[in-house]
Formats: sequence, structure tokens, C-alpha cells
Amino acid sequence: MNTGRKLSLTIAAVAALGMVATSALADKMYGPGVTDTSIKIGNTNPYSGPAAAYSAIGKSIAAYFDKINKENGGVNGRMIEFISLDDGYSPPKTKEQTRKLVEQDNVLLVFQGLGTPTNSAVHNYMNQKKVPQLFVATGATKWGDPENYPWTMGWQPSYQTEGKLFGAYIMENVKDPKVAILYQNDDYGKDYVTGLRDYLGDKADSIIVAEESYEVTDPTINSQMIKLKDSGANVFYNVSTPKFAAQAIKKFRELNWDAVFLNNSVSNSVGAVYKPAGLDNSKGIISLQYFQDNTDPSIFDTEPYKKWKAFMTEYYPDGDLSSSFTVYGYLVAQTLEQVLKQAGDNLTRENVMKEAANLDLELDMMLPGVKIQTSPTDFFPIEAMMPIEFDGEKFVPIGKVVSVN
Amino acid sequence: MATDVETRADPRLTVGAKIPIKLVGLFIIIGAILPFLLGGYANFQGTLIMIYAIAILGLNLLTGFNGQFSLGHSAFYAVGAYTAAILVYHLDWPVYVTIPVGGVVCFIAGFLFGLPALRLEGLYLALATFALGVAVPQILKSSHLEGLTGGVQGLDVFRPPVPEFLPLTMDQLWYYIAFGVMLIMFWIAWNLINSRTGRAMMAIRDNPIAAKSMGVNASLYKSLTFGVSAFYTGIAGAMAAIVIEFVAPDSFTFQLSILLFIGMVVGGTNSIWGAIFGGFFILTVPNFAEEISTGLSYAIFGVILILVIYVLPSGVAGLVNLLRVRIRKLL
Repeated sequence: MNTGRKLSLTIAAVAALGMVATSALADKMYGPGVTDTSIKIGNTNPYSGPAAAYSAIGKSIAAYFDKINKENGGVNGRMIEFISLDDGYSPPKTKEQTRKLVEQDNVLLVFQGLGTPTNSAVHNYMNQKKVPQLFVATGATKWGDPENYPWTMGWQPSYQTEGKLFGAYIMENVKDPKVAILYQNDDYGKDYVTGLRDYLGDKADSIIVAEESYEVTDPTINSQMIKLKDSGANVFYNVSTPKFAAQAIKKFRELNWDAVFLNNSVSNSVGAVYKPAGLDNSKGIISLQYFQDNTDPSIFDTEPYKKWKAFMTEYYPDGDLSSSFTVYGYLVAQTLEQVLKQAGDNLTRENVMKEAANLDLELDMMLPGVKIQTSPTDFFPIEAMMPIEFDGEKFVPIGKVVSVN
Repeated sequence: MATDVETRADPRLTVGAKIPIKLVGLFIIIGAILPFLLGGYANFQGTLIMIYAIAILGLNLLTGFNGQFSLGHSAFYAVGAYTAAILVYHLDWPVYVTIPVGGVVCFIAGFLFGLPALRLEGLYLALATFALGVAVPQILKSSHLEGLTGGVQGLDVFRPPVPEFLPLTMDQLWYYIAFGVMLIMFWIAWNLINSRTGRAMMAIRDNPIAAKSMGVNASLYKSLTFGVSAFYTGIAGAMAAIVIEFVAPDSFTFQLSILLFIGMVVGGTNSIWGAIFGGFFILTVPNFAEEISTGLSYAIFGVILILVIYVLPSGVAGLVNLLRVRIRKLL
């Protein structure tokens, strides 16, 4: 009898303990790589090899996490342990390093893997393993496919998104538009054209009056430019890489073509495109941008720039203040910080994905009006951009933000 | 008198060396147990090491045993990988079949490349193969082939699930497949080297004029060796495509050729099983260097490489052979 009573007491005690334990667990749900004091975040970035220039992104992200660890004690009391590995922009290496992060280092998620081929190499793996592949650093469209790849999300506007935004710009700002398109004959070029066509919808065929493509191996695009001008278009939509963009600008002026010049962000570069084409020739070209131009002296006195600069001086003193990569890293790291903040103490992989798909965020180095917004069916965080015009020296915002929604 | 000379000759020169059964048996047992002791990631790394070992052995047949230099083996690796990927992606072929097909396609490519390259000796051949190595990634990206190769975006390769009757994970299964293929390839290489053909290959390396005057058809042997070497590398490439489940032009840069070359030298030219050390070296040492310092990983890799070459002038295989001789002397 006595032993029986003891036994039932023990059972009751164990049950009570168990309940306490489960209720504690209900408050704090942790996925792999999370403890009461830390969160492990994985990353692959090319620190060596042909794409090593992008390493500034990985370094500025690491610097930003240093900053919040030091100044705020991490996120919700948990220090961020950022493990960033070199993949040399080689897809097999990315696969190896990502598997190391997931299986050996046990990270909660992989953040900002850089490059389209490199992320493609782990796309299926991450989704099979159900590990978040968050805010990948590439402009391809395939990263926003929640139905088939619910564990993967991009960040920057995709080429298709930008194409749509150009469509929005044309419809809002050009009277009776007739568009001529020059595009590179590959996925990148076609994505831009698809985006524009999607936005124009039924009217696409009547608005787009000419389309010419070129191959990366072509020496010039002069004949395409002449055909495009002859179509009588009043908008020229340039989807080409820097070398061809510079040629297009020169030819555009040579032909005295009186049209609105829209330039894709791939070649929206003063050094690589506008200088070789002639700064005077490049005046008036319109492109789209989503974050502040950190080389523009007119923003040097603004609060956001000062904050960013203070961050750079203290946590990333070797960083290049004129590189857009450092601003990019600063902004994308804040996006992840917000996701982790929202997830609170429920840091499972499922909940991280849920919060990543539940963002409505404004960051201060973004151009005013450009928001980061996601939903369970919308895995494209940035879908608004600001039209900017090149004035021969710098970019000047014109008009208002265009948005897909 | 003549018979006298023949009896005194080292039998290894006429019938070839025998496989050291005990050592190979031990190696197979260890290799077979390992996947159960290691986790998925380590199995994956082990699989990659074996794949690299096969490719390095292919390069070694060409350089170590036949004296021809190649800086373009990444091209054959790519051809093997893309053959497998295209057959699986576009034509739904079973992945297992694509491995030998990748090898055969590379054999033909290697043989055909070997024919004109025969006129080039030593450094000139190295340059010609270098050109091949740097051209292939660009050709794969070319828009004319984009429908086939997927262009810059590459192709996904889907592996079928592990058959239900096997109590293995995907990583373990492919570890065993790579292990099996590697053993077969090593066995073939062993038989090739210890045969008339192998002796002809080495004779061409050591003294081409003497070999020709002995009646060895140097040009045929050289292009055949080139083909066999490409065959090995193609098999490795096809398996790499399947194990990594993805191919893209950026996977097969000229740097891969250099890595294979490093693996060959570190493992030991003139050695078959040294290739395993070579594979181990090129996979693990860059990771190790990165752990010491991310920013200086290549510098550290370089220092390690110089040390290894300084300490082991004939590779790991050479060191092991030296130790064996010394120990035998002591006993």
C-alpha cells in the first residue's frame, strides 16, 4: 500500500513537472542553433575568386551584427553568431559550405547567400531540409515562389519586378507611349521584357512597337539601334549590360532620337557606363533605384547618412564609403534583425519563415516611400522603386515612387 | 646467355606488380564502415574526396605515367558533368546510367583532342589544354547552347530516392556508389599500368625515341592515353553533377584544373593510390586554411602547399614508399 501511494505521488510529481516543462517550452520554442543567449546564422559569400568584390556585402553584414551585439546585446537578448563562409562563387563549394552550416554548425537559417548559380545549387537542398534560405543576394525571379519553394526568399527587386516598375513609370509619365526595347538575349534580358509586358497586360502589343535583341558576343548594337529608332517610338527601354549600354547611349545621341531613355539598373553606373558614353550624352537618362546613393553629396547632411557613416567608421573602418555594397549589406542585415525581433522567443525555422513573410518595414537608407513588404503569397520584399534622372554628375530623384501594387 | 638476362630481370617489368591484397582488403573494410560512423555532411565530403580522387587519377595517368601535361582537365570534368545533367534533365535518363555515358563521351572528346594536340610537346601542350580549360565555361554559357545547358543559370539534377530495400540514407548510398566506382577505376588503372600498354606509356614518357625504335606507336598511345585520362575525369564529373545535384559553368573554371593538378602532385605522380590523398588534400586544406583566416585563406593554402612539396617531394605516396623501405631495412 505504502509503495503504491509513493508511486502515485511520484507519478503526480512527474506529471506536474512535465506540465511545467511543457508550458515553459510553449513560451520559448527553439529551432536548431538557438539558445537563451545566442542565435546562429549561416552565410556563404565569395571572399575569394572572380566575384570577390561582393565580399564587401558579407563584411558589412558581419559589421552590422557586431554593432547590434555590442549596442543592444543582440536581438531579444540573444547574441547573433554570424558564420560566414567563403564559396569563391563556385556552386559545388556553395553546396559543401551550406551543408556544413546546416549539418555541422547547426545554424537556424542561411542568410544572404550570394549569386544566382550558387544559390541555385542549394535551392532544392534547403527546401528539402526545410531550412530558411532567407533574402538571397540575386535578382533572379525564381526566389519568390512560395508555393513550390516555401523556404526561400529573395530581397532586392527582381529583374521582372523592375520591368513591371518601368511599365508603371511609362503609364504614369508618358503620354501616348510607344516603346522600343533593346534587350540581351538571355534569362536576364527576357526577365526585364516579361516584367514590362506583364504590367502592360492587354495593351502590351500596341504599346511596344519594336523589340530588338543582341547576343553577349555581338561586337556592336548599332544596327539594332537604327531599327528601333525607325519604329518611331517615343520611349527607349534599354535592357543591356554596361558595355552595350554605353554603346546604346552614344548611338542614341548620334541618331538624334527624341525619346525618353529608360535604363535598367544593371548598367546604372556612372563609372562603367555614363563616363565611357560621355557624361553630356548621358544627361536625362532615367533609371530606378531603391536605396540612397551614398556618393551623392546632397544627402551627406541627412540623419540616415550620418547614422550609416557612424556605423561604417566604428564597425567597418576598412569599408569603402563610396561602394553601394556596404549600404546594401547594412539594409539587408536590418531586415533580418526585424524578422528575428518579430519572431520573439518562438525561434523555430517555421516561425522565422512565417515572420519573414509578414514584413512591413521602412529603413532609413532606403529612398523615401520604398518599403519592405511581404505576405505568405508575396515573397518579393522590395517591389517599389524611385525614378531617378542622371543630370550629368549625379542622380536626382524625379516624381514619386512607382510600385507594383 | 640471353636466357640468363631474362631470368635476372625484375619480374615487375615483365608481368607487372601484384596487388597487395592485405592492404587493399583493409582499405575496403575501413572504407565500408566509415559511412556509419560519420554524419551526413562528412559522408558528402568523403564522396567528394573519392570523386576528386578518380579525376586526379585520370590526370595522373596522363601526366605521371605518360608525361603529357594538361591544364584543361576541368573541361573534361565539365563535359562529364553536363552529359549527366543533360541526360537526366532533358531526357529523364536514370542517373546511374549517365555515369558511364559521361565517361564515354569524355573518352571520345579526349581522344579527338589528343590527336591534334600530339604535335605539341610539354609546355605547348599545357598551353593548348589551358585554352580548352578557359574556353569551356564560356561555351557553356553561350546563348547558342542555352536551351541545352541552361546557360548561366545551370541545370538541376534530381536524384531518385534511395531504393526501399536499402537501409541507407541518400548520402550513404552515394558514398558507396562512389566508393565502388573508385575501386573499379583504380583496379582498371592498376591493370593498365602493369600491362604491355602501361609499359609502352611509361616508355614514351621516359624516352620517346627509344620507345619508337622499339616499335611503340607513340602517337596512337598518346592519344589513347589522353582519351583514357578524359574518361576518368568524365566519370568523376558525372558523379559530381549527381552528388551536388546541380551544374553551372562557374563550377568548372580553370581553377578546378589547377586544383586537380595540385592534388596529383601532392598525392604523388607515378602513384595510383596517391590520388586519394590528393583528393583529400584539395577538399580539406582550403577549408582548413579558411578556418585560420578568411581573408588570407589563399596565402595560408599556399604556405601549406609549399611546406608539403618541400617535405614530400614525391608526394604522399612517395613518402609512404620511402618509409616502407626504411622500416624493412631496420627489420
